[in-house]
Amino acid sequence: MTAFFQSLGLPFGAAWLISTIAGILLIALPLMLSVAMIIYVDRKIWAAMALRRGPNVVGPLGLLQSFADGLKVFLQETIVPTAANKGIFLIGPVVTFTVTLLAWAVIPFNSGAILADINVGLLYVLAISSLGVYGTIMAGWASNSKYPFFSAMRASAQMISYEVSIGFILICVVLWAGSFNLGTIVSAQKGHVFGILNGFGFNPLLFPMWVLFLISGMAETQRAPFDLCEAESELVAGYQTEYSSMAFALFWLGEYGNVLLMCALNATLFWGGYLPPLDIPVLYMVPGVIWLLLKIFFFFFVFSWVKATVPRYRYDQLMRLGWKIFLPLSLLFVFLVSGYLMATGHFA
Amino acid sequence: MIQTLAFYLFAALVIASAVMTITARNPVHSVLWLILAFFNAAGLMILIGAEFIAMLLVIVYVGAVAVLFLFVVMMLDIDFATLRAGFVKNFPLGLAIAGILLAELLFGLGAHSAGGLVLGTPDAATAPAANVPNIQAIGAVLYGHYLFLFEAAGVVLLVAMIGAIVLTHRQRNDVRPQNISEQVKRRPEDATINTRPEVGGGVKL
Repeated sequence: MTAFFQSLGLPFGAAWLISTIAGILLIALPLMLSVAMIIYVDRKIWAAMALRRGPNVVGPLGLLQSFADGLKVFLQETIVPTAANKGIFLIGPVVTFTVTLLAWAVIPFNSGAILADINVGLLYVLAISSLGVYGTIMAGWASNSKYPFFSAMRASAQMISYEVSIGFILICVVLWAGSFNLGTIVSAQKGHVFGILNGFGFNPLLFPMWVLFLISGMAETQRAPFDLCEAESELVAGYQTEYSSMAFALFWLGEYGNVLLMCALNATLFWGGYLPPLDIPVLYMVPGVIWLLLKIFFFFFVFSWVKATVPRYRYDQLMRLGWKIFLPLSLLFVFLVSGYLMATGHFA
Repeated sequence: MIQTLAFYLFAALVIASAVMTITARNPVHSVLWLILAFFNAAGLMILIGAEFIAMLLVIVYVGAVAVLFLFVVMMLDIDFATLRAGFVKNFPLGLAIAGILLAELLFGLGAHSAGGLVLGTPDAATAPAANVPNIQAIGAVLYGHYLFLFEAAGVVLLVAMIGAIVLTHRQRNDVRPQNISEQVKRRPEDATINTRPEVGGGVKL
């Protein structure tokens, strides 16, 4: 995009600045719109599985429900509890929301269509997602109230636990792709299995890793069945209890933005990202971004499906799953994958 | 120009947040300022082209170490009055440590301006190759030239970790552990029986 602005006669610096800002807006604005719509989709899927109608009043088929909710919270008064630690109380939701947007910078939407094409892309995603926990901790602590505090404790322990196994799972992908750059990882998946299937997920050695990644992703984003930090039967609304108005909306947006990011990472790392599922020339006539969005939407459906059907985990079971099952299993697969790659001379 | 601006921005923020870390009255605020300092230090690393180190700094220090700090500090039952009471008593000690640090800094600067210490010349195996991303450069050095030392360090850390677990582990006999596979294997027939008791006879359990 920089080249296009340069062709209009701008110097490199100015062209770079304009194209970067344009890129940020091109990612952030559709993301916010799709978060609004995906909340609607989530509620509709959830309702359909519970044999209800879901939102169907505002706008045709209830399509404008999220916007009505958005307007409602926007017009509410922001209430800061007197005993709260005011600065940190207000920074908490901002951190959650900002961190969600930050990670999208390295997701490739098409070949070459990537905002920050850095060679440590995957490490950047890990770094940013490890920042996400601070929003929750700050909110829980600053609320100065029991249930938010318990919730913050749970959330941080949960996110740290699952980040460990996510790290090992990503190492398997990186070993096979030979790069931390997400664009390179996607192009390494072209014709990966039998020269026709695009995606590491089709590989029998990496498919189990994808299953672990999907489940860890749910735990990392605190989605059901791992939504212990906002388990309403135990903790009221968890760390969001004391929040109202836009501060609450920022948590809401950040949470769904994170879920979409996890879906995008599933698509990008294991199912070929912007590549079509089969390496057939006809399928390349559909733009890459359409394939990526279809995959994101599919994984979001899986997330909703799980939310609608699986009961909530107990906390000790959650920890057991993370530390005693996922961690050894992902470590084993790091050995298996690197052993296989060494044996077949992948690195030669 | 932009690099210089960014450097001064990050550097100023590192120093400011470090000062806030030690002057903040609330320990939780201190940890949060410390996290900001780490984060800006990562920014400085990126400026000198060490993107891998920068990411590791964020993942390891901000993402893991500082979270544990925050955890511990948040759980503390803090009494601010007693916290500040020791200030006068510890002030001379603090001053002495600050003096030592300042002296070391001056020594270091003096030695540097007198010509840096040469610790042995790098050979071809350790010299970072030009135009290689620094993940590959660091990997080649760690897993090539210093493989034994690197793995030995790993083993030492593992032993330390196992030691810590052994020291803090206590056997408890009063808990009933959950065996998930046994629970999954359990069928309705194992848990329930159908009987047709005599009227008033009751059921034998």
